[in-house]
Amino acid sequence: MSQSDDKLLLANVSRRGLLKGFAGGTALLLAARWDLGVANEMAQFGAGAMPGGWVDDPNVFIRIGADGEVTIINNRAEMGQGIRTSLVMVAADELGADWDRVRAEQADANQEKYGNQNTDGSRSMRHWYDPMRRAAAAARLMLEQAAANQWNVPVHEVRADIHKVVHPATGRELGYGELAQAARSLDVPGREALVLKSDSELRFIGKESGYINGELKSAYPKAIDGEDIVTGKAVFGADIDLEDTVYAVVARPPVYGAKVKSVDDTEALKVPGVQKVIPIEGTGQPAGFSPLGGVAVVATNTWAAMQGRRALDIEWDLEAAGNNAGYTSEAYRKSLEKAAQSPGQVIRQTGDVEAALGDADQRVSATYYMPHMAQAPMEPPVAVVVVTGDGAEAWAPVQNPRATREGIAGALGLDKEQVTVHQTLLGGGFGRKSKPDFVTEAAIVAKAMQGQPVKLQWSREDDIHHAFFHAVSVDHLEAGLDADGKATSWRHRTLSPSIASLFAPDPKHKQEFEFGMGFNTMPFAIPAISLENPPAPAHVRIGWFRSVYNLPHAWAIQSFAHELAVAAGRDHRDYALELLGPPRRIDNLTVGDGWNYGENPDLYPIDIGRLRRVIERATEEAGWGREMPEGRGLGLAFHHSFVSYTAIVFDVEVDDAGELTIHRADIAFDCGPQANPERIRAQMEGSCVMGIGIALQSEVTFEDGVAQQGNFDKYLIPRMPNAPREVRVHLIDNPGDAMGGVGEPGLPPVAPALCNAIFAATGKRIRRLPVGDQLS
Amino acid sequence: MITLTINGEQHELDIPDDMPLLWAIRDVVGMKGTKFGCGIAQCGACTVHLNGAATRSCVTPVSAAAQGEITTIEAMAEDAVGSKVQQAWLDLGVAQCGYCQGGQIMNATALLKRSPQPDTQEIVDAMAGNLCRCGTYNRILAAIERAADKEASS
Repeated sequence: MSQSDDKLLLANVSRRGLLKGFAGGTALLLAARWDLGVANEMAQFGAGAMPGGWVDDPNVFIRIGADGEVTIINNRAEMGQGIRTSLVMVAADELGADWDRVRAEQADANQEKYGNQNTDGSRSMRHWYDPMRRAAAAARLMLEQAAANQWNVPVHEVRADIHKVVHPATGRELGYGELAQAARSLDVPGREALVLKSDSELRFIGKESGYINGELKSAYPKAIDGEDIVTGKAVFGADIDLEDTVYAVVARPPVYGAKVKSVDDTEALKVPGVQKVIPIEGTGQPAGFSPLGGVAVVATNTWAAMQGRRALDIEWDLEAAGNNAGYTSEAYRKSLEKAAQSPGQVIRQTGDVEAALGDADQRVSATYYMPHMAQAPMEPPVAVVVVTGDGAEAWAPVQNPRATREGIAGALGLDKEQVTVHQTLLGGGFGRKSKPDFVTEAAIVAKAMQGQPVKLQWSREDDIHHAFFHAVSVDHLEAGLDADGKATSWRHRTLSPSIASLFAPDPKHKQEFEFGMGFNTMPFAIPAISLENPPAPAHVRIGWFRSVYNLPHAWAIQSFAHELAVAAGRDHRDYALELLGPPRRIDNLTVGDGWNYGENPDLYPIDIGRLRRVIERATEEAGWGREMPEGRGLGLAFHHSFVSYTAIVFDVEVDDAGELTIHRADIAFDCGPQANPERIRAQMEGSCVMGIGIALQSEVTFEDGVAQQGNFDKYLIPRMPNAPREVRVHLIDNPGDAMGGVGEPGLPPVAPALCNAIFAATGKRIRRLPVGDQLS
Repeated sequence: MITLTINGEQHELDIPDDMPLLWAIRDVVGMKGTKFGCGIAQCGACTVHLNGAATRSCVTPVSAAAQGEITTIEAMAEDAVGSKVQQAWLDLGVAQCGYCQGGQIMNATALLKRSPQPDTQEIVDAMAGNLCRCGTYNRILAAIERAADKEASS
């Protein structure tokens, strides 16, 4: 087997980087520095810059049994994005493993061993694709070496086939299982010795398979947990079954920052099955990941605990919540809309917007609103914890195992080493389960229960009332058009409480990373721009909801761009392409964004060409420009986020009664190289449905600091009748750029595209979400 | 004492009459396939069959279920229609997180048992009570149609 340097493919380095003759060499140097244990501190971007960094040691991630069963460790949370299949599939492909003999094992919380495990920001595949391929390539090399040793031949005479190593000269074969023990005892080869498989040798990576736009193509590698899910065997947080488990639910303060003043548990303790009532100390604002506090009821089953909670008589100290206790959504919206009329902290400025607006032939102005939302994953938060003299052991559906472990250790006064966190499947995350408050609660109760496992269950009302809410926002835009309808000036004031208010005294202003989600990085080539951020206080626990601030920014910017096209009397697609300007790459730093999703702006600039391409593809596929009957229209929106590019066109119809029918969605998506196209399609399909809900239905409102929605009767999320009749995903073939995110970037353009389509169909402009009954 | 017949097996349980069937199944009998999502029959994750009919176990008191035959997701692999539904789910890669899918499969199976060749609108109406936060509805619909087709051609 020959080795050649030019086959050492660091797959996530863009072709541009290699052509520069610089990036490939740099990556090797960096790898050597990491070998010296020097520097995750020195890594500035990407996987290396994340806490825990990356690990590509085959001994950490790959285990082969004597029977040939291959176990691949998955260190990312599985919450429906399919990473437990996709990343394991990447390793299995590179290893040359028979997929039917591969199983996945979930890593416990241990970033020192497994590298970064915090699953959010749509970065699992782009950060772990290369390390997992390297780990698998190293394992394959070790298996080849073990076979060569056993046959006493040079290693270049043998090659790994599928699940076996062969010696073509003599026809001898040894299965991976037979070689496993010998391979394990060999030194792990250095990275310079690794040869990754060429594209033609890959069986799974990048292969289109599965269900594509209404057609079932070739069979794809079976989903890791597929069988278990359809037979009810898949293990989620509440399915952990330990002997002597007791069940707990918690009554939490109705207003953020309120505390328990007094509790009478007499009636609660009388409920059959209720064993104990335990107070939980809460943290006021800012709560961080700490529990809100309240009163826990412990019982022999979930139902009894819930009944016990109903029987509690709690008096709340609302004064402790300060003016959160006066927080009312309608009044708050009005206050933001008022504040939007005045200048704010300048985030980005080009030219003289005031003068250009003054000179404009036509001025367009609009104010957009997006409410609080709750992630509401189908699996409400739940955790199982047992605390003994030695420490604590937890099982939970968490996105951030390290924070979970630290939360338990901190709350119980333990060393981190005394805390074990097992990560179950997550019945949805969407950002809610990044915050391990619910596991810390369980640990506190478990400590009081002295060795008995405690399963602490959140009800749906708990989940929605006490969410880490998507931040409410008002976005006010003004633009000036010249006599030809061309935009000369653009002013955007964005107001919403910051996630920083969760961790520190409320700064009342968004932070760099929040602006970097589509605000700063607004892609239009307009000569005079002013992007401003007036203040907005936080009165509820704010957290991140799939795609985070990209949601309101894309909502406002993409709606407003359409309003400009309409004002100019121009076709929206053509106008949008003009606003974007010619294909070019914009260095994030030049638009004041130093964050760029944690990625290197050289590898991941804002690529206007790629944005143009997804617009062109989506509109082409949707038949943009065709004659539409009365009451029917096409709407377009597009957005760059998590270093990927999305455009979506909806075909909708609105009847005389205001009834909306979504006939079709055409989604064009460019994430660069595609590890598992089938799951990318699934993420685009799912994002489309979630975004429809954001546009049409989902809203949490507050009165006097109390959430007014608590379950799916009032907090509305999409059902099957809300889905488009047809969804078509068009993946852009772009292996040359660096790999981008998948889990979140499909979501931001959905709501504006849908409302732009509604305008095209009816002439009615929606500026305030959710649409609700605004059409009837 | 309440006796519940689940997947053909009898369970004698010392539980209150008004305990919802969901919690009896999960916490007392210990079968975890049936899921909790909302507790007010708004999401369908808790769907079981009671005498063959799709039933939201979170609002069904055990007293109401005691006289009937309760079937859960765990029994679908042995069920002629249920197993076809499960296979269609696997063929089309329906599931994302998977938490709602047991309930979806139970509801879809009950539909196909009472209406083996439903048209699209009938499927959409029948499945409207089953929430999927991951948004897999288009594939759920296609999988039900696929299972119905397979049933028709078998």
